Amino acid sequence: MDKHGVFRVFSKRITKENFKSILVQNIVPIMFVILCLVAVRWSGKPLAFLLQEVVFRMSRNSFLVLSLVIPVMAGLGLNFGLVIGAMAGQAGLIFVAARQIPGVLGLLTACLVALPLALGLGYMIGRIMNMARGREMIAGMILGFFMNGVYQLVFLFGIGTVIPFSNKSMILPSGIGLRNTVELGTIRWVLDELLMVRIGPVRVPLATLALSAVLEVLITWLYRTKLGQDIRAIGQDMRVSQVAGIQVDRTRIVAMMISTVLGAFGQIIFLQNIGTLNVYDSHGQIATFAIAAILVGGATVSRATVGQALLGTFLFHLLFIVSPYAGQNLLGSAQVGEYFRVFVAYAIIAVSLALHSMQRARAQAAQKH
Amino acid sequence: MSLDGDKQKEVDSGEPASRNGPGMMSRILNTVGLPRLTVGGFVVVLFVLGRIMGLPLTNLLTNSISRFGMNAVMVLAMVPGIQCGIGPNFGLPIGLLAGLIGMVSALELGFIGFEGLMLSMAIGAGLGALLGIGYGLFLNKVKGQEMMVGTYAGFAAVSLMCISWLMLPFKNPELIWVLGGKGLRMTISLKDTFGHALDKFWNFQIGGFVVPTGLLGVVFILAAAYKLFEMTKLGMAMDLAGQNERFARAAGVDCDRMRVVGTAISTALGAIGIIVYAQSYGFIQLYTAPLLMAFPAVASVLIGGATPSEASVSNAMVGALLFQSLLATTVPVAQTVVGGDISEIVRLIVSNGMVLYALTRGHGGEAANG
Repeated sequence: MDKHGVFRVFSKRITKENFKSILVQNIVPIMFVILCLVAVRWSGKPLAFLLQEVVFRMSRNSFLVLSLVIPVMAGLGLNFGLVIGAMAGQAGLIFVAARQIPGVLGLLTACLVALPLALGLGYMIGRIMNMARGREMIAGMILGFFMNGVYQLVFLFGIGTVIPFSNKSMILPSGIGLRNTVELGTIRWVLDELLMVRIGPVRVPLATLALSAVLEVLITWLYRTKLGQDIRAIGQDMRVSQVAGIQVDRTRIVAMMISTVLGAFGQIIFLQNIGTLNVYDSHGQIATFAIAAILVGGATVSRATVGQALLGTFLFHLLFIVSPYAGQNLLGSAQVGEYFRVFVAYAIIAVSLALHSMQRARAQAAQKH
Repeated sequence: MSLDGDKQKEVDSGEPASRNGPGMMSRILNTVGLPRLTVGGFVVVLFVLGRIMGLPLTNLLTNSISRFGMNAVMVLAMVPGIQCGIGPNFGLPIGLLAGLIGMVSALELGFIGFEGLMLSMAIGAGLGALLGIGYGLFLNKVKGQEMMVGTYAGFAAVSLMCISWLMLPFKNPELIWVLGGKGLRMTISLKDTFGHALDKFWNFQIGGFVVPTGLLGVVFILAAAYKLFEMTKLGMAMDLAGQNERFARAAGVDCDRMRVVGTAISTALGAIGIIVYAQSYGFIQLYTAPLLMAFPAVASVLIGGATPSEASVSNAMVGALLFQSLLATTVPVAQTVVGGDISEIVRLIVSNGMVLYALTRGHGGEAANG
């Protein structure tokens, strides 16, 4: 059924012979499982509580993490520019909050407003990525910072001056710029409560999870299309693909556009669960945490599957929940636990990037001999 | 600060104007470089605007110069990194942490005033060089991905130190939280210790324009010392290693070792840089404060005309002066024109725009995954 291994976490089927090499290749998720077990043990929290938290966090985060898969397939590496998609999603949410559009209609409107923005921004990111070949990840990260400046310019100085805005309660007292917090009261929990199912002590927002499942199916389906094959081909080798007649630059742009649109939708799903939008901070750490999550699942710069995204989201957010409690119990300070989980996010990215770079160097050296 | 000192050999032949005889514009663009031209132009416009608005020019100038002094050493730290081949040192926070450790250690040991500052620099630079050696050895294993790995190694180091600041057994009541008696404070005032020690050293006024002699002196000494180092055999070998690894190896240069040397110098300069910055600012900022400090430094050196593979001391100095003048003049001018503080946004757009500009030109490499 899973012919292309989209759901597979390990790259090979486990047999007795390759057990050790699989262990080495997947050292990141294995270490993380151990870390999670220790932290869960020391958090002293009941399992039902943890499960509930993990279910909510999975439901609101997995869409964002899944939106990273396609650029990796296309050889663009991890999309550190995902924040830009999130900004488009937030623009949609601000529109809905200003008009007070309620319910599912509001959610759909937000997506509809975000869609053209994300497509345009994704096109721009793709163009820039094509200019910064070999430096896509750092370019994406810097582009994210840059667009954050543009985003602040628009919402802090553009609203009320260039952009007309009718809802005065959302605007700063000076009449220019949005307030930091926007209450998403009309669409809060709309998606989550569409189909809330109780399994034992745990409430499961089935509709939200189903949406991620739909995306998983779509990514699997994409593998079979011409576009998907092109994306995978340029991910394998750009030069060969070029010779084979694939429009490399165009395909890379399309991959970034898809990822940016998914990032926008992912942010909308994320924030409908949170319920309040911090106009100037909500998007800040989105890319870092999504990337850390997918790497925890065993993904690398050049290989990411849906299965790794889901496993990674689960493990990363489990650690996120328990580490303040574990910090409190182990060291007498919840703050230490909070710093620790941020450290883990950054360190996992640094280590994964370093490991991948070393493996590549080794492979290149082996090829020469 | 003449412009002929830097190696502005960018390949701009793609400019359509240069094909049929170089036009005036493209010639200026080629020698001065787009980043310096735009940012320099902005600074001039802002000064003129400030003049029209009736802002005192001496104030703008004083702010620009003192901000330049505050940041120049951190920008200078970019030069050895680029020259030795690791590119702009996005892992600068590692050096900054060494400097912060130097300062809190000196204060904990009871050294205040000038000797406190000197001890801070000694501890910071020493520790920075040590950490830089380790960091350089690490970067040798991730060639081609230094910028990305460096950024996140720096982030990880800052967050790890966040835990350490909370846990380390410091005792000085001026340094630790008033309540609880454990963990270092978020910001530590240097008012009664070595705050403004350099800024006030031999400073004088010319018609309202304050010259911070000590501050500029330290920047000048470090820049001159680095210039001298560039002329030594080691300095030249390091520059060669960064420019062309294959050629350098043929000339008998141990490139990996040169990269470690350059990283160590860069990290040590970063440590001194944050100390200069903190004494000028008047506060030591711990915890997440150093997280994003590498980016403005990287942007500054690129604004000064450096590329990810070539840089000179004058690139760093010109870049620091232009970028800091831009920020210093934006605040008061924007306050009167726009009526709000737009400087943070200008900082984000200009600094990241410049880094992006540098990343998107020049040679195209392989894809992210090779």
